[in-house]
Amino acid sequence: MSELFTDFFLLQDPNVRWVLAGTILLGLSAGALGCFAVLRERALVGDAVAHAVLPGVCLAFIITGDKDPFMLLIGSVVFGWISLIVMDYIVRNSKISSDTSIGMVLSVFFGLGVVMLTYIQSSGNVNQSGLDAFLFGNAASMLPEDVMLFGFVSLMVLVVIILMFKELKLVSFDPAYAKVIGYPLKRMEFLIATLLVVTITAGLQAVGVVLMASMLIIPAAAARYWTDSLRVMLVVAAIVGGVSAISGSFASYAAPSMPTGPLMVVSAAFLFTLSFFFAPARGETRKWLKRRGQKEKVKRENILKTLYNLEESDGNETKVRTLQEILKRRRMVKKMLKSGLASLDKTGLVEHFTGRPDGYVLTDAGRNEAKRIVRLHRLWELYLTEKLEIAGDHVHDDAESMEHVITPEIEAELLRILKNPEADPHDKKIPKHTINGNR
Amino acid sequence: MSTFWIILTACLAASACSLVGSFLVLRKQAMLGDAISHAVLPGIAIAFLLTASRNTFPMLIGAGAFGLLTVYLTEKLQLRGRLMNDASMGIVFTTLFAIGVIIITLFASQVDLDQECILYGEIAYVPWDLWIFNGMNMGPRPVWILGFVLMLNIIFIVSCYKELKIYAFDRQLAISMGVPVMLIHYGLMGSVSFSTIAAFESVGAILVVALIVVPPATAYLLTERLSRMLMLSVVFGILSSISGYYLALWTNSSIAGAIAVMTGVFFGLALFFSPLDGIFFRKYRGARKELNELSLESGKPVAEYPQV
Repeated sequence: MSELFTDFFLLQDPNVRWVLAGTILLGLSAGALGCFAVLRERALVGDAVAHAVLPGVCLAFIITGDKDPFMLLIGSVVFGWISLIVMDYIVRNSKISSDTSIGMVLSVFFGLGVVMLTYIQSSGNVNQSGLDAFLFGNAASMLPEDVMLFGFVSLMVLVVIILMFKELKLVSFDPAYAKVIGYPLKRMEFLIATLLVVTITAGLQAVGVVLMASMLIIPAAAARYWTDSLRVMLVVAAIVGGVSAISGSFASYAAPSMPTGPLMVVSAAFLFTLSFFFAPARGETRKWLKRRGQKEKVKRENILKTLYNLEESDGNETKVRTLQEILKRRRMVKKMLKSGLASLDKTGLVEHFTGRPDGYVLTDAGRNEAKRIVRLHRLWELYLTEKLEIAGDHVHDDAESMEHVITPEIEAELLRILKNPEADPHDKKIPKHTINGNR
Repeated sequence: MSTFWIILTACLAASACSLVGSFLVLRKQAMLGDAISHAVLPGIAIAFLLTASRNTFPMLIGAGAFGLLTVYLTEKLQLRGRLMNDASMGIVFTTLFAIGVIIITLFASQVDLDQECILYGEIAYVPWDLWIFNGMNMGPRPVWILGFVLMLNIIFIVSCYKELKIYAFDRQLAISMGVPVMLIHYGLMGSVSFSTIAAFESVGAILVVALIVVPPATAYLLTERLSRMLMLSVVFGILSSISGYYLALWTNSSIAGAIAVMTGVFFGLALFFSPLDGIFFRKYRGARKELNELSLESGKPVAEYPQV
């Protein structure tokens, strides 16, 4: 295996060089273009087009009697286009919905392709062997001239996407605005559709009809978790496409009987799963950490507030508060209280006194932080009663959640609106801002 | 005799698929048929590996599990992953299909399935796939399986007809009227999975998609009543099966492919010549300036058409 590995990546076999270059270009262009399809909710149109080019491939073969890659390309581009037009025509001229129209074009065109393919196979033309590589793709069986043509086509698609990025973006996401500022909308739509058809066609021999759609969809969907910017998304999707192409063609080189397409798809799906869980911008782990961090913050703030409330009730700032005292004041799980206090101790907001009684005291910094939370709580209660005229006994719960999210800017605005109030609706003192107090 | 069995198999598959397909078309979830028919492949392959036989029952279980898994994963990915429905479906089914193909290739010596037969089936071999019960020849096995699934579908539709109808046309209304929507939803998905799998084995994945989507769409153009739509879609499925068989015979090509083509031909005829809403008649009436009262096609959002 390791021998194969080095052989493959040292690129000693010229055929490998070609195949690798071709599939990487394909992965890059399909990944980038797929972003437009996925973001415009037309992911499965690519699936239908990929299936619908099969009759084009067969027809080109029947007419020329040969597997000339250029003729096959022309045939499939023509049928890809026809399929798009038919899908569009059905939806415009009947009550059929777009998903049904996609499903119909996909299956009927593919059925036609299968009829033609089996007809060719039964006709006994010796040239036909290898046409069925179009079904599942086999990068290893590609000839250098195939690779050159399809690689070149993919490269062109990439160049067009890079050069016309701004126009494509505008037409894709704000067609009304594009029209107003005088973009040739019809021609641009035509261009995008052509790019799609051409990319799919170029990918067929490597990935195959059935799985071509996934090379458009999966890299783009994976890239979505990494960023909110279309430009970055295109780059990430292209990289995901390229990496899957490399692993797919390596596997196909190592085991020539393995079809390339499925291996590329599985690698892409693996990268998608990684992105889904671990992408820093929108991944699941990040979401989970964020939620957890928020929960921790709320817990710590509630503990500080409770300690402050205890001080407030007996006016003693140096008395050590035991766990039982705190729990009596505010009900929570004992384990969570302990872990919260430990983390507050570490950050210097409370001090732990061991001995008798074993307990905690707010430090000055902790007291200031607690005052801030209590201030926000009481300001919000006052705001609700004064400005929104909500009854005083209904405002506590709302303030309980707002106290954790009010920003310093909103705090300043509340103070301004309420004219630096002294007491909350329950006549409790609103703690003042102290110098250096707001951590 | 073999002609009879082949046509009967195709007709049973067509009826089973178009009955459940009608609801998918109405629910605008037609591509689910495509997704399920591809995604069941690893289930079939695994069942094949584990039991080392072409026994139907484990295959049905394996495939059914993966069919429901597809529906579940698609919905989960859509909710949690904040992806569009079509994108999440595309990811799930292509990946599962790819895994299935890899399993089959890896264990090619043990798994007597080849990729092309998955795509366009081996309906021509149906007459030789016999079910021997107690030493008695009961006829082709697929006929029995498809007949059983068709019966299940009919029972499901007849017993839940009213609920399915409300669910198909207006999910919100169904919820507000207390229809057990989730039950109906997963019931329907289960029926789709079973029909797909039963048909898939003999007619291939692509014909399954054609049978699920095209005959119901054809019927949808010809009537506005659900009961008639169901009946018409079965009729078109059967007509396509018979004519497709003879088309394949004539051109010496794949039967499944030819049946798919015939479903498309019937749809094309309905699209142009439907007395309700056909393009041809609309033009004719338009000439008589009666278009206004007959423009039934409204009520559909203009933006909803597949461009790229």
